[in-house]
Amino acid sequence: MIRLRKLARAASLLTTPLAPEDILSLFNPVFSARQLRGVVTRVVPETADSATIFFRPGRGWQAHRAGQWARIGVELNGVRHWRSYSLSAPAGEDPAITVTDMGAVSGTLVRTTKPGDVLFLAPPQGDFVLPEHPRPLLMLTAGSGITPVMSMVRTLVPHRPDADVVLIHTARTAADAIFREELAELADQFPNFKVTHWFTGERGRLDFSSAAGLDALCPDWRDRAAYACGPEGFLDAAEALWESEAAPGTSDTAATLTIERFSTSLAGGEGHDGGLVTFEASDREVEADGDTPLLDVGEDAGVLMPSGCRMGICHSCLIPLRAGQIRDLRTGEVHGEPGQLIQTCVSAAAGPVNLDL
Amino acid sequence: MTTLTDKPDTAEGGSTGAQSGSAVVAAVKKRPGALAETGSPLLRPPAAAHLSDEQVAELGRELDAIKDDILAKRGSSDAAYIRRMIKIQRGLEISGRAALLVSKNKAAWVTGTTLLSFAKILENMELGHNILHGQWDWMRDPDIHSTTWEWDFVTPARSWQHTHNDLHHRWTNVVGKDNDIGYNLLRMDPQQEWKPFNLGNPLYNALLAPVFEWGIAVYDLELVDYREGRKSKEALVKDLKALGRKALKQFTKDYAATPAVAMLTGSGKQALYGTLTANAVRNVWAHAVIFCGHFPDGTDTFTEEMVDGETRGDWYVRQMIGSANISGSKFMHLMTGNLSHQIEHHLFPDLPSNRYAEVAPKVQEICRRYGLPYTTGPIWKQVGSTWAKIFRLALPPKKA
Repeated sequence: MIRLRKLARAASLLTTPLAPEDILSLFNPVFSARQLRGVVTRVVPETADSATIFFRPGRGWQAHRAGQWARIGVELNGVRHWRSYSLSAPAGEDPAITVTDMGAVSGTLVRTTKPGDVLFLAPPQGDFVLPEHPRPLLMLTAGSGITPVMSMVRTLVPHRPDADVVLIHTARTAADAIFREELAELADQFPNFKVTHWFTGERGRLDFSSAAGLDALCPDWRDRAAYACGPEGFLDAAEALWESEAAPGTSDTAATLTIERFSTSLAGGEGHDGGLVTFEASDREVEADGDTPLLDVGEDAGVLMPSGCRMGICHSCLIPLRAGQIRDLRTGEVHGEPGQLIQTCVSAAAGPVNLDL
Repeated sequence: MTTLTDKPDTAEGGSTGAQSGSAVVAAVKKRPGALAETGSPLLRPPAAAHLSDEQVAELGRELDAIKDDILAKRGSSDAAYIRRMIKIQRGLEISGRAALLVSKNKAAWVTGTTLLSFAKILENMELGHNILHGQWDWMRDPDIHSTTWEWDFVTPARSWQHTHNDLHHRWTNVVGKDNDIGYNLLRMDPQQEWKPFNLGNPLYNALLAPVFEWGIAVYDLELVDYREGRKSKEALVKDLKALGRKALKQFTKDYAATPAVAMLTGSGKQALYGTLTANAVRNVWAHAVIFCGHFPDGTDTFTEEMVDGETRGDWYVRQMIGSANISGSKFMHLMTGNLSHQIEHHLFPDLPSNRYAEVAPKVQEICRRYGLPYTTGPIWKQVGSTWAKIFRLALPPKKA
């Protein structure tokens, strides 16, 4: 490793102002001095509107833990867009993301990705991961929320004879249920893995308003460490149920609920005044309204904005505020102190704003 | 970016009101240099004196529409273009340097030197200049971005961006504001006061051409501003250090590392000469092209009165009548980094260079309709006219 670095430094004497990677990228696209990349190795359709994309990452990628997500950069009409996707491959194997077509970026990934394409990557992150010690588990997933849980199931079930996992997955119809066949095969093969598919198209939503619904599907749910992943309403309902019903007072080894959120509704209403946004280091000025995240404002102005989840949780997008006030699009709160690191993805200009980027 | 003093000083926090407890709100100042919304400059340049405020405003709207049209079309084909150019450039450079490694062989020397010359020209003109303008920032690709790109040219990218993008492009051809008029070395405009030193005008220019990159590096230090107190000593020292680091790397690559590797085949000396030649060829070419941008006959210069109160339309007018194009083949345009479309480039400095050719006929048509000059000509004519001016202005103005 050290020798490699010395070699790279020697090579850069010949390539400056480029880095040796810039030259190597002519021959292998995963090389880049500035940007972690991966090459797509395989694309497997899952349902009519979802697909799993396997990729071989370049140097700098860290192996993922089951349940983690990674930011993926995709080009749409020449412009790079970043989104976060859960890794569905088991820990220890080559990474893969399973993407459901829900918008321009995910749609492009599902419909047009082919082997040999280059994906831009950021290393895996997230703490929606398996517990350190073995214990009975309950997985509650809805729609594409199955993705991180699938990584957990694939990691745990075939390799741990002591695994005890119940998975309740809700999808609109059987045809929309991602990984349905593989889950059924795993359940056949491993008696301690139980799968329930709940199709909302036939039975309506899974009822979390009282414990009865869950009692029927998994009577010992209170004794299990629970993981939930899905749309916001689904998670809010699960959280409320756990708060009220999950045997308060029992030991804290059971009855925990770990949640992975995929979307955040941006409250705060519309029609607020924005202002002139100045990106000081980039020397750009843009008029922004009071409802557009500063992240979008910057990206549209061609500023290289750091970004991540785009929903205010990952803090990949932090930029120091130099001056002015911003509005938190989730709460409507107007705030801002010079030097404060702000989340550009959930903050809009509340009057003129200067950013240190 | 060393002399920007117009940014709000947040450390001071000119508190305009304390909200939510102890939060101090820093004052946000409007930055200077913004164009007037309406009206006209104190004096409209002679070539545009026949236009009314309303006509100039309409011209501005027409040019805005041309830009919007390109912005709407800009996309994956443009991205593919710049990536292809980068690949071609790197391919040329690798092949050229590889050939120079065995340049004891004469054919290898000629091939290597030629390829490397082309590579360096492409790198500076079509890649470096345009990427550093932010023409490709919209792709959000950190590998092709104005804030990350560094070029094969002695002056550090950041220093050049300040004197070029900010000062030259904002103040194009305004005598006393745009130091690109002669680069503090040559007398390039009759409004510049004649001194006996200017007798050497043609000589200085001839000496400058083969070492043009070093001339630009020194120019970007803004020594005149330092001497006259507009630039702090700290800023100068910082720029000097950045230049020193960059120059050392450039020098090591071209004149030490490459020849050292070539010594393995006994071609060390030849490789050194080859690289030296390639740098000189690039310098002479870049110098010629860049001098054709604003100096040929037909281009106007401006007084500070002519920019005082300038609207967007007037700003456009100044860019058009202060710049000159070079006509020629596609290959010619590429080798100039599309600076052969200097007029279009000055109107829209951050539109991708591959789009200038498409815009040019529309701009020319607007100039014709509004009765404005649109200066263009083949390169020999533009270079000749520039040199003629350099000779002419070496002499003191004739007494009336």
